[in-house]
Amino acid sequence: MTWQLRSVDLPDLARGATLLGTGGGGDPYIGKMLVERVLGERSITILDPAELDDDLFVIPTAQMGAPTVMIEKIPAGTEPTLALRTLEEHLGKRADATMPIECGGINSMIPLIVAAETGLPVVDADGMGRAFPELSMETFAVYGVHGSPLALAGERGEQVIIDTGDDDRQMEWLARGITIRLGGVGHIAEYAMSGADVKRTAVPRTISMALALGRAIRLAREANRSPFEAIADTLAPTLYSHMRELFAGKVTDVERRTTEGFAKGRAIISPLDPTVEGRFEITFQNENLIARHDGAVVAIVPDLICVVDYESAEPITTEGLRYGQRVRVLGISTPDMMRTPDALAAFGPAAFGIAEPFVPVESHDRT
Amino acid sequence: MHIGIDVGGTNTDAVLMNGVHVLAGVKHSTTPDVTSGIVQAIEDLRTGHEFVGSDIDAVMIGTTHFINALVQAKRLAPTAALRLGLPATKALPPLVDWPEDLIEAISGKSYLAHGGYEFDGRPISPLDPGELRAHAADMKAAGIRSVAISSVFSPVNHDLEVEAGRIVAEELGPDVAISLSHEIGRIGLLERENATIINAALRELASEIVDGLTTAVRAQGIDAPIFLSQNDGTLMDEDYVRLYPVATFASGPTNSMRGAALTSGLETCAVVDVGGTTTDVGLLMNGFPRETSNEVKVAGIRTNFRMPDVLSLGIGGGSIVDTETGEVGPESVGYRLTTEALVFGGSTLTATDIAVAAGRADIGDASKVAHLDSAFVERVLARIAERVSEAVDRMRTSPEPIPVVAVGGGSILLPEHLELFGAVRRPENYAVANAIGASIAQVGGEIDKVYAIEPGRREEAIAAVRAEAIDKAVAAGAKPSSVEIVDFDEVPIPYLPGNATRIRVKAVGDLDMGA
Repeated sequence: MTWQLRSVDLPDLARGATLLGTGGGGDPYIGKMLVERVLGERSITILDPAELDDDLFVIPTAQMGAPTVMIEKIPAGTEPTLALRTLEEHLGKRADATMPIECGGINSMIPLIVAAETGLPVVDADGMGRAFPELSMETFAVYGVHGSPLALAGERGEQVIIDTGDDDRQMEWLARGITIRLGGVGHIAEYAMSGADVKRTAVPRTISMALALGRAIRLAREANRSPFEAIADTLAPTLYSHMRELFAGKVTDVERRTTEGFAKGRAIISPLDPTVEGRFEITFQNENLIARHDGAVVAIVPDLICVVDYESAEPITTEGLRYGQRVRVLGISTPDMMRTPDALAAFGPAAFGIAEPFVPVESHDRT
Repeated sequence: MHIGIDVGGTNTDAVLMNGVHVLAGVKHSTTPDVTSGIVQAIEDLRTGHEFVGSDIDAVMIGTTHFINALVQAKRLAPTAALRLGLPATKALPPLVDWPEDLIEAISGKSYLAHGGYEFDGRPISPLDPGELRAHAADMKAAGIRSVAISSVFSPVNHDLEVEAGRIVAEELGPDVAISLSHEIGRIGLLERENATIINAALRELASEIVDGLTTAVRAQGIDAPIFLSQNDGTLMDEDYVRLYPVATFASGPTNSMRGAALTSGLETCAVVDVGGTTTDVGLLMNGFPRETSNEVKVAGIRTNFRMPDVLSLGIGGGSIVDTETGEVGPESVGYRLTTEALVFGGSTLTATDIAVAAGRADIGDASKVAHLDSAFVERVLARIAERVSEAVDRMRTSPEPIPVVAVGGGSILLPEHLELFGAVRRPENYAVANAIGASIAQVGGEIDKVYAIEPGRREEAIAAVRAEAIDKAVAAGAKPSSVEIVDFDEVPIPYLPGNATRIRVKAVGDLDMGA
C-alpha cells in the first residue's frame, strides 16, 4: 500500500531506526532535522515494494563515514541529491524513486531528504534489514545487484564515480578512502536497480516497520503499558516475527578500542539481583554482533541484538553504553532472505571473523 | 576566613568559613534585587561571628540569576550567531532548533560564513574577511550588541574563531561582546553553538550582576576577590563571569551536593537529597559531581555544556502513600503538607506520616497516625529504601561500595542503613549546605578535543593533553602544587583513520588565596 510520511512521523521513525541499528548506524537526530527543514508541511510518498512496476528505476541513497563527524560538520544539504543526480547523469537515466540501503540509524533519513527535495517517492525497503558497517553487506549484492557504479558527493560540489564491476568490497574500500579525504562523511548513490530487482533482492517494508516500532514504544509508554510487549506485538506480523528478551540486568563493564577504523569492544551485563549468578556478554563492532549468556551463544549476527533501557525501551547505542545502566537485551529474528548461505557469507558471523556458526535466535529458546 | 553565599530562587544561604569549618551560617528569603539580599546576608554573618572586612580572603557566590533570565526570557541582549563552515553546515543554520519566543527575546540574527576545519585539522575553506565585515555591518544596522561565533571543529583548532572575533570586533567596536564557541562547549556543533548563543545573550546581564555583587560586597568593607561557582563546582573570578555567564547555569544542585559532601567529610559519595516532592540522587567523584554525558535541554534549547548528572525519583516528604498498595508518589501534596498530612490534621496519608508513625521523626501530632498498622508502615519504608538504593546503584560508576550521604528535609524517610551501601550519613549544617558548597575554593581547567594519535605515541599524546589541562587550571588561579587531574575520558571515533580519539581531561586545584 502506498502511504504518506509527514514531519510529525519523524521522531517515531528515528526511534525505530535506532532500535534497528542494533547499537550502530549513527544517531538519526541530525538526519531527522535535515528532513524536517526540507519537508516542512508537505509529505513524502512511500511505495510498497510488492506494488512496484517491474521496470521502475530505483536509485538508493545514503551517507557513509563517521557519525561523529556529522554532529560537528553538518551537511550543506545539497550532497544527498547531488549524489543521486551524479549517478543519474552517469547512467543517462533519471530515477523514478529512491530507497534506503540501510534501515537502521541515520541512513533511514537520507533518502527522505532526497525525496523531500526532489519530490521522488521512497520505496519501503532496504538492503541491510538493520545496520551493518560496510557498503558491501547488502542483500542487494547477495542476490545479484551490485553496488557499482557508485556516485559520491561532497559539500563543495565534489562528484566522484566509482565503478568496480561486481567487486563490491573493492567499491567499499575505494569509497571509504575518498570519504576520509572529504572530511569523514560522504553522500552516496549506488545499487541502482529496477522494480523487479527490488522485489527480488530488498528486505521489504522496513521503513514502515521502523515507524511502527517507534510509534508502538511511544504509545505504550504514554498509556503506561509495557513497551516490550508493544515491540513484540508490532514485530509478530512482520518478517522479523520472533522477539524475545535475552537478558535483563545492569551494565557492569564496557570495553572499547578502535581497530582498522571500527569501534570494537564488548559490554558485560550482570543480573540486577547480586545474589543471582549469571554473566551476559555482548561483542560489538559498531553494531552488536554476538551475545553470550554464561559463555553460550544466544544470538548472533545477522539476527538483531538490541540493548534498550530497562523501563522505557529507549534504544541504547554502543557509544551510549556505560556502567550502571539498567538494560534489557532483545533478540530479534531476521527475515529468511538474510539467513541463506550466501547472505551469511556476506554479513554472517564469518564476515566479521567470528568462528561460531549462525544459529537463529528463536532456536535458542529455553522453555 | 572566607564567605560563601548561595542565592537560590527561594532562599539565600550564607556561611562564614575558616578553612572547612563553619563559623556562622544564615538563611533567609531571596530578595528581588541581588544586592540587598547579599548585604543582609553579610550583616547577619557579622552578627553570628564578628569579623572586619580585612579578615576576609575571598567571597564565593552561587547564583541562579542567569538560568532564570533565560527561562523567563528576560533581560537578554540582542544577539547575532555567526558560524564559520561554509559550504558545509548550510542545511541547519544557527538558531535552527530554538523556540520562536526565545529567538524573539534575543532579537536573534543568524549568519553563515566561510571557514572551519575538518576533523583532522585541514581547513574546510579559508576565512573571507570581506564576508565577515559585511555580516558585521548588517549586525550593526540591526542593533546587535552581542555576537556568538562558532566554527566547525573548533575544539580541534580554534584559530579561525579567534581571527573572526577580531575582525567582527573591529567593525562593531569595543561595546559589542564576542563569545567564542571553543571556550564554552565541546564536540557537537549545534549544541556547542547554542550554549555560546545563550552565553552571548547573557553578557550584558552578567556585567550588571557582577557590578551589583561587587558593589554590595565592597560596601561591607570587604576588598577580597569575588568568585562565582560554575556548574562543575569550581570557581571563576568576576572578570571570567562577565565573559562566560553560561558556566554558572547548574551551580545550584552542584553546590548542594558539594556542601553535603564537605560537611560529611567525604570526597567520593552518593548524595541523596530528599525534598518535598522528589528525591535527587547525584554522585560526587573526588569532590566533584559526575556530569551528564548527553545533551541537556535548557529552556527548550539543546546544549552540551557541563551539568551535574542527577536522577530524580518521585519520592519526598509530601508524597502521597497509596493506602492499599503502600506505593509512594509520584503525586505529592507539596507545600500543602502542613495542612493535608494526617499528622497536621489533614486527611491525606503522606510519606511524612509514615516516618512519624515509625518513630523516625517528631513532626505534628503523632497520635493522629497511631492507628496505622505497623507492618504496613514497615512495608512502605522498606519500599522507599529499596527504590533509593536502586537509584544509588544505578548512578554509581563501578561496583565498588560507595558511601551514601542523605540531606534534605525529607531524609527522615531514609533508614539508618541501606542494603548494598551500609550506614547512611547525615551531615550537620545541612540547612546552609548550598552556601558551604559555594565556599569550597577550587578552580579548574578542562580540555575536550579530538586528537589524531600516531601509533605508539598514545602515552605522549595523553601526557600533552593532561599538561594542557593543568596549565589551564593554573591560569584560572589554582596553586600549581595542588593541581590534580580529576577526570579523564578517552573515546575512539569509528570510521576515521589515524586513531582519531576524543579526549576529555579535567584538572582542578585549590584557589591561590595568597595566604
